[in-house]
Amino acid sequence: MIYLEQIPVKPIKHKTTLNDVWRGRSGYLFILPHFALFAIFFLVPVGWGMYLSMFKYNVFSQTFIWFDNYKRILSDWLFLKSLRNTFVYTFGVVPLWLGKALLVTVLIYPFRKGIRTFFKAAFYLPHVTSTVIISMIWLWVFNPNFGLLNYFMTVLGMEPVVWLGRSLTAMPSLIVMQVIMGGGSTIVLLSAAMASIPEYYFEAATLEGAGSWAIFRKITVPLLKPTILYALVMGTIANFQTFSNIYIMTSGGPEFSTTTIAYLIYETAFKNYNLGLASAMSMVMFGILVVLGIVQFKWLGSNVEY
Amino acid sequence: MKAKTKTNIKKAISLVILAVLASLAFIPLYWMVATSFTQPSLTMKFPPDIIPKNPTLQNFEDLFERRIIFRWTLNSFIVAGTVTLAQIFVCAMAGYALAKKKFPGSKVIFSIYIASMMIPTQVTLVPLYILISKMGMVDTYQALILPAIAAPFGVFLMRQFMVSVPTEIIEAAKIDGASEFRTFAKIIVPISKPAMAVLGIFTFMGQWNSFLWPLIVTNTSEMRTLQAGLSLLQEQVPMQYSYLMASATYSAIPMIIVFLAFQKYFLKGITVGAIK
Repeated sequence: MIYLEQIPVKPIKHKTTLNDVWRGRSGYLFILPHFALFAIFFLVPVGWGMYLSMFKYNVFSQTFIWFDNYKRILSDWLFLKSLRNTFVYTFGVVPLWLGKALLVTVLIYPFRKGIRTFFKAAFYLPHVTSTVIISMIWLWVFNPNFGLLNYFMTVLGMEPVVWLGRSLTAMPSLIVMQVIMGGGSTIVLLSAAMASIPEYYFEAATLEGAGSWAIFRKITVPLLKPTILYALVMGTIANFQTFSNIYIMTSGGPEFSTTTIAYLIYETAFKNYNLGLASAMSMVMFGILVVLGIVQFKWLGSNVEY
Repeated sequence: MKAKTKTNIKKAISLVILAVLASLAFIPLYWMVATSFTQPSLTMKFPPDIIPKNPTLQNFEDLFERRIIFRWTLNSFIVAGTVTLAQIFVCAMAGYALAKKKFPGSKVIFSIYIASMMIPTQVTLVPLYILISKMGMVDTYQALILPAIAAPFGVFLMRQFMVSVPTEIIEAAKIDGASEFRTFAKIIVPISKPAMAVLGIFTFMGQWNSFLWPLIVTNTSEMRTLQAGLSLLQEQVPMQYSYLMASATYSAIPMIIVFLAFQKYFLKGITVGAIK
């Protein structure tokens, strides 16, 4: 049987005429206030940034140098190190924080609405507090001499650690802090998606004798896949740009072990005034994010529908 | 009976895990508030008091002696407030056009908006700074406000919401002879209030907590916002924890109040636009 909507309909090619533009004038008027600002303060800077990345642009000179900035950064050890740091940070934070969000979502699901809301709010609270504030608090938690963490270490009979002062522990400390404080919005997002799964799926599976783990793997995760993908892509983009915590807590140190790309771009542009070089760095960063996004969609998104 | 006991045990274990995870995030925040009421001399005491003994307002008095902090607060309110109101207004209009108006190029424009949400801040940072300084706007409110209104997310959010508004209502208004703008003001705006509330809350939060842009585009202490100002304090008096925690508490409170007051919107809001 052929359904009507299965018959391919060839759209009639219609050339846009001035008349169409005139008839759509109210649409243009409504979009204009935002689009004008968006064009000036977003689209122009994006284009200009690409152009700028081919300039030696500092206080003394503004010379067009083709791709020299790109050649320079791709052989610069600090840029490559900051890339590596950013990858370590992002791929340290994102899976752990997604795992935490999934765990919390599944655990709160069977409870009454009041308890669910309470936990959602509790996990969301750190999210409304700025990174600057969170970083200030944790700077103290990690303080080697009078920090809360080292206090617990001594109580447990362990040696105190200079958490942020050693290149071995600095990055893991920042990752742990981010995982502990983060994930609130993802929990809310996943809970909403989980609430839309029909309850009888779970009931039927339980009746069939499926264990919690099997239900989680075979029902929950596959049905939450679109939301997980969204959280994964957005989380990767956000954590790849991490800046405030680095600025407040470590200034990229010790020995550049916590210098992320975002922080390096800030230093290059606004401490050393190498604006062209910083633009080239931001373009490379953008390129990497595009590739990561495509990979994540390919990997997870094969049967996701929007 | 046996199955019921099993579920109850499961629920109890779940509660313990949830409580531990939630407290891990909550303890640092609690510690911030508790320390801000602690005598400065007692902040290095171990073990720390769970509830401060002889709580004091001394830290807040010291903080407010720095008059500049009120200027930072005012700046934060001016910037976050203006951006929020302006964004609600222009994004609602643009979202309406993209959802309900037919005009050549609308699809291309919508794709541009979607694609720009993937672009990291760092890409526009440097050129935007040069642009702002060429316009002579460094260290002004315009520099803090205008680029923030231009952010694309709000348009996407409003468009997603307005697609579901039935077109019949709009057409009925037109048949009744309402002008374009009147239709928008009297029909679309009232229907879209929930989406506008969500956008408003998230914009306000984003602006209140924004750090990188104010840090770059202001260079006098008077023009800093609260978050950028805090980082100055952190640099000036790095070890005075009770004082720093008082400043952190002070600047976190407005957002926490907003969160508790509009919790429903926060917890519902993020799902708008993410799930269809």
